[in-house]
Amino acid sequence: MSPKTLYDKIWDAHLAHEAEDGTSLLYIDRHLVHEVTSPQAFEGLRLSGRTVRAPDKTIAVPDHNVPTTPDRVNGITNEESRIQVEALDTNAKEFGINYYPVNDVRQGIVHIVGPEQGWTLPGMTVVCGDSHTATHGAFGALAHGIGTSEVEHVLATQTLIQKKSKNMKVEITGELAPGVTAKDITLSVIGHTGTAGGTGYVIEYCGEAIRSLSMEGRMTVCNMAIEGGARAGLIAPDEKTFEYIKGRPHAPKGAQWEAALTWWKTLYSDDDAHWDKVVTIKGEDIAPVVTWGTSPEDVLPITAEVPAPDTFKGGKTEAAKRALEYMGLKPGQKLSEIEIDTVFIGSCTNGRIEDLRAAAEILKGKKIAVKRAMVVPGSGLVRAQAEEEGLADIFKEAGFEWRLAGCSMCLAMNPDQLSPGERCAATSNRNFEGRQGRGGRTHLMSPAMAAAAAVTGRLTDVREMM
Amino acid sequence: MEKFEKLTGIAAPLPMVNIDTDMIIPKQFLKTIKRTGLGVNLFDEMRYDDDGNEIPDFVLNKPQYREAEILVAGANFGCGSSREHAPWAIKDFGIRCVIAPSFADIFYNNCFKNGILPIALPQEQVDVLMKEAEKGANARITVDLEAQTITTSDGEVFSFEVDSFKKHCLLEGLDDIALTMEKAAAIDAFEEKAGAARPWV
Ligand code: SF4
Repeated sequence: MSPKTLYDKIWDAHLAHEAEDGTSLLYIDRHLVHEVTSPQAFEGLRLSGRTVRAPDKTIAVPDHNVPTTPDRVNGITNEESRIQVEALDTNAKEFGINYYPVNDVRQGIVHIVGPEQGWTLPGMTVVCGDSHTATHGAFGALAHGIGTSEVEHVLATQTLIQKKSKNMKVEITGELAPGVTAKDITLSVIGHTGTAGGTGYVIEYCGEAIRSLSMEGRMTVCNMAIEGGARAGLIAPDEKTFEYIKGRPHAPKGAQWEAALTWWKTLYSDDDAHWDKVVTIKGEDIAPVVTWGTSPEDVLPITAEVPAPDTFKGGKTEAAKRALEYMGLKPGQKLSEIEIDTVFIGSCTNGRIEDLRAAAEILKGKKIAVKRAMVVPGSGLVRAQAEEEGLADIFKEAGFEWRLAGCSMCLAMNPDQLSPGERCAATSNRNFEGRQGRGGRTHLMSPAMAAAAAVTGRLTDVREMM
Repeated sequence: MEKFEKLTGIAAPLPMVNIDTDMIIPKQFLKTIKRTGLGVNLFDEMRYDDDGNEIPDFVLNKPQYREAEILVAGANFGCGSSREHAPWAIKDFGIRCVIAPSFADIFYNNCFKNGILPIALPQEQVDVLMKEAEKGANARITVDLEAQTITTSDGEVFSFEVDSFKKHCLLEGLDDIALTMEKAAAIDAFEEKAGAARPWV
């Protein structure tokens, strides 16, 4: 048998039909659904008299629109948001799919809930009408975002029409320096390859620095594969993966667990597998980074200065000029002197327990020096655990707002938004213009870096506080 | 789905790289549960000021581009969020074809599901078409999907690549789901086989 990559293996195991021109029907093992990209798909099913083919493999949770303040138990006040969430309630019930309603303690961001509940398992195909579905690749699952028409297609047929992507290997060798986290890896990779560097590829992340990450860290890395342009990011499963999964509500049990484990252990790229593109980065060379512009590729070490637009080539010069204007920054300004107004810790990139621990570690016994700071746990269960571990108290004592789970200020479709010109240190994944609110200015970074910024009121090298 | 065969229309130039789906349709318009009506908010933040008045400089507000049916843009068009609201808004505005040096993957796929033809061309060729588009309403570009060609008003012809299956669906206006349902037997067979091999799924 010819050598295969992990992607090849998962692809082959899910091929339900292949036409002569390579157009394939890929069988989907898990379909995650949220309120924003699904209403039109369910409506489409209704209009054509179709049903959900595999409701037991379909999991829905509202996250994008939901307020994260405690008063949400009394209902959502924004009418359009309420209508979308109610539409999901109705659709979940009517089509009989698995559902975590807004006031269920297991509710949270779809990409945090899936792994947490054991829905995401190695070797699976996972899709969701959301680009950050790549997160689930951390388990060695082929996971990617789809559009609403495709959501409808998967609901109706449990398959997706696909052409195979190319294979790209991103290897992070060696060890990470202190203060450097999974977020710094994933941002640095995008800084290196650009936001279109992965277009047409499925990326497999490997190397010692990736192996040594926790499952939470691996999810952070895969989460941003999409910002690098890739359809999906993958990390081969190992003992850490199996350990994380074992005992979760929807993980296999008993004899099935053993059978699953046997298969999962075959899920790695063969030594002499073919790669269409290889990128190697030394773990030692990665520093704590922040973004300075309005594209996730606008990444620099915190010790650097705001770049001059004319140092960029091609169309990027104009883009950089526009970005600096939007961000209100001047070339040559030290990144560590940029003052910030707001800190946001949360999102599907960094809203897991490990992220909250890392931020709390920096905040312990300190007070914030910014106008506002909020922590939004990725799920109700992360929130509960953080309360049990005493992290919530550390955040609250430091002056952070302690919120309920949801996407919150990651995309500002809910009441949590930046106002024009407000500058935010954020642990989310997108710094696009207006992403966190019209005119809002976003700097992306790790939870520890965001916590450090909260304490000093400016972008800060977390290593100074360790 | 609406067919796409051949189109002759005004092309609007938008020479920016990395135009993301948040720019195409900002999130506040994602709260709809319908597919239509998003055209007025296409490129909302570039198109309107804080009070909702049109910004006259923005290309689609200029009189000569209000009826544009083609968009010529910079590389990595449609990056960011997977929202299909982006192609819905483009289509609802009346644009049926987007030409750029490269596209983000999900956006590219979403276009085909909505009767929009995205065309990736080498940068030099996009540059020529960008110049052409800048001439305004007099310069109409013809896009012929069957022949896979783009013809400028000067008669210059560029050919483009498109996946044969996607082309077929667009030309015929075929519904993907109905096509896949014809393969129900293959899906049933797969489900049975996979269910036996991986019963825990
Ligand atoms: S947290 Fe942000 S990136 Fe993640 S699913 Fe929600 S909106 Fe999307």
